[in-house]
Amino acid sequence: MPQNADQVLDHFELFRQPEYKDMLAKKKAEFEQPVEAEEVARVREWAKTEEYKDLNFSREALTVNPAKACQPLGAVFVAAGFEKTLPFVHGSQGCVAYYRSHFTRHFKEPTSCVSSSMTEDAAVFGGLNNMVDGLANAYNLYQPKMIAVSTTCMAEVIGDDLNAFIKTAKEKGSVPQEFDVTFAHTPAFVGSHITGYDNAMKGVLEHFWDGKAKTAEPLKRKANKKINFLGGFDGYTVGNNREIKRIFDMMNVQYTMLCDPSEVWDTPTDGEFRMYDGGTTLEDAANAIHAKATISMQQYCTEKTLPFIEAHGQEVKAFNHPVGVEATDEFIMEVARLTGVEIPEELAKERGRLVDAIADSNAHIHGKKFAIYGDPDLCYGLAKFVMELGGEPVVVLATNGGKAWAAKMQELFDSSPFGANCKAYPGKDLWHMRSLLFTEKPDFLIGNTYGKYLERDTGIPLIRIGFPIFDRHHKHRYPVWGYQGGLNVLVTILDRIFEHMDATTNVPASTDYSYDIIR
Amino acid sequence: MSLRQIAFYGKGGIGKSTTSQNTLAALADLGQRILIVGCDPKADSTRLMLHAKAQDTILSLAAEAGSVEDLELEDVMKIGYKDIRCVESGGPEPGVGCAGRGVITSINFLEENGAYDDIDYVSYDVLGDVVCGGFAMPIRENKAQEIYIVMSGEMMAMYAANNISKGILKYANSGGVRLGGLICNERQTDKELELAENLAKKLGTELIHFVPRDNIVQHAELRRMTVIEYAPDSNQANEYRQLAQKIHDNAGKGIIPTPISMDELEDMLMEHGIMKAIDETQVGLTAEQLAV
Repeated sequence: MPQNADQVLDHFELFRQPEYKDMLAKKKAEFEQPVEAEEVARVREWAKTEEYKDLNFSREALTVNPAKACQPLGAVFVAAGFEKTLPFVHGSQGCVAYYRSHFTRHFKEPTSCVSSSMTEDAAVFGGLNNMVDGLANAYNLYQPKMIAVSTTCMAEVIGDDLNAFIKTAKEKGSVPQEFDVTFAHTPAFVGSHITGYDNAMKGVLEHFWDGKAKTAEPLKRKANKKINFLGGFDGYTVGNNREIKRIFDMMNVQYTMLCDPSEVWDTPTDGEFRMYDGGTTLEDAANAIHAKATISMQQYCTEKTLPFIEAHGQEVKAFNHPVGVEATDEFIMEVARLTGVEIPEELAKERGRLVDAIADSNAHIHGKKFAIYGDPDLCYGLAKFVMELGGEPVVVLATNGGKAWAAKMQELFDSSPFGANCKAYPGKDLWHMRSLLFTEKPDFLIGNTYGKYLERDTGIPLIRIGFPIFDRHHKHRYPVWGYQGGLNVLVTILDRIFEHMDATTNVPASTDYSYDIIR
Repeated sequence: MSLRQIAFYGKGGIGKSTTSQNTLAALADLGQRILIVGCDPKADSTRLMLHAKAQDTILSLAAEAGSVEDLELEDVMKIGYKDIRCVESGGPEPGVGCAGRGVITSINFLEENGAYDDIDYVSYDVLGDVVCGGFAMPIRENKAQEIYIVMSGEMMAMYAANNISKGILKYANSGGVRLGGLICNERQTDKELELAENLAKKLGTELIHFVPRDNIVQHAELRRMTVIEYAPDSNQANEYRQLAQKIHDNAGKGIIPTPISMDELEDMLMEHGIMKAIDETQVGLTAEQLAV
């Protein structure tokens, strides 16, 4: 036996031992009816051709590895960002296990979320009893200050009416009448996690602003000087929100951050478990109606929320995940304009440092070709930054991007010679991306953890930026917004470029002639 | 005037679509701007308005385009008689899929794309019975506020009307939906008017109109027209005009229905002599046994 109690092998080593190798070879030969290795190699090569790419792009009824998650994930994200709020997903248990593990794997923090555990009988008779019991249990067990309800496919297909259910549950005494229960219908088979973010955020604001489902008077807006900040669904929310607060404080801006999970997804280990931590207070969520304006960092995460806020009389402004000098300039200047504050000298200095860093490293990025995938806004922000650095995006793909997004991307490409050879691919998946990597031959790929298989198949180095990042730790603690954030993204890109350079130039007298130690 | 959202419910085959289209055509004659949302997979709720069965339903087009997000309002909205806007939700073939979800998807699409702007009336025409959550979509909060149940003097039609009242009752407390009244579509059964009025009373509502049976409806229907359009001067057109006026004058009012039990319904039929009192000792006995 390859391992025993005294010598326990990790799975990396274990399956490389002769016993396992023999067993796997036998299994393949005897049971898998393997195709000849040459044929496998031929097909593998064929899958790299233009011909295959055309076939791949004419695919109609099959999606392979979509780069998106489903609506309730976004709804859980929103719930996590409010004070002592318990995310409550009305539907079956497995879905909720996925949301919890997905966030936990990314943030390396426990994510609390409950399910109404719908089973066969609930599918037939409707999930009202699950809602009634679920709200009562969740309220009594976990003592939240608010419960934010969203739905899974199952509840949506049978047409459960959350508004009516929550009212009935309150009448039956599951939670006190005045207890805040917000809700959003988030069918997982429509849109993606960014749609879910949008629906859930609008649900929260509707609840507090428009009279708590007819149990209170709708709020009347009395404009003040504050601004609201909506980050959108953001894998860097821990680092980003802290950075934005630092910048706003530095600028003396009065603000309300609507949805701030930066505490609950970064709790300290000091002996106390914090099921809830930080987040937007419910009072602030309600008072956000009085703000002068609302800024959204991600247009496609707030397509319904922003018009809702605008209809309440505020000025609204949406950005597309601003990264880098120009995008951050626009953001900072807009904040200054809206609030009437001066931009502090210290911030100007930070900008200068980022410009300096870009200039220092420019030679290594200039002319490099990049393929980028991710959420629509992140794609926009990264493509803009890559072009600012002198890099050339050639492929930008968003499974959850639409036609309007693609048109906006094209406008961006047209604005710079570095974008001349780039195309946006809305609604495509990572198998499309695989074909594009073979035919467009970019130098680097920017994407989330799932890109590691594309890196393996194509040999194109992956730069990990996006959500989720499961296989590198603590990246979410570092902001990508603000000038400091731009610096972090720059370093992430450069590190991978240099690692790749080292890896391909390290054989003495063969690939390495000049013994470079300086880059 | 604020937007009024109404819905027609009733047993399958009772003449909902015919009654609703004729009534809405008469409302359009009164100068009302109307949107009809057909919530029946058969997609025949707007046939008389368009002189054709709508082929381009929301769901068939969405299936073609890949997703409902790819659709534009213009693709699905057809303009019929007197500028009445017509939309059919459509749905799956019998025996597959989920028609209820189709109703939810369609109504969400219409709301999100501004189909409800600049109109006075939205009318939902919903198939048969409230069989699942999806078919209750039109009566959720902020959707239809008044329901009109189309029925007749037949036992099963009254049974269905009673059941639909149960559905309304479920949503009436949490939302704002109310029963606007019953519309009896004459089948020439015994004591039909009396029965319909009695049922309305039991449900706590009114029989707002008794639509007499007239073959002209068939003539119009064969020509894919409403009677209002086909024979505007006929008596029948006049009946529909009266019904339309009554609905219009109702001004959004309605009641929370008080549905009755099956026993009470049977008692009611007995009271009117439609059904003979059942001798409980005879239940379950064959003719042969009874002859002994």
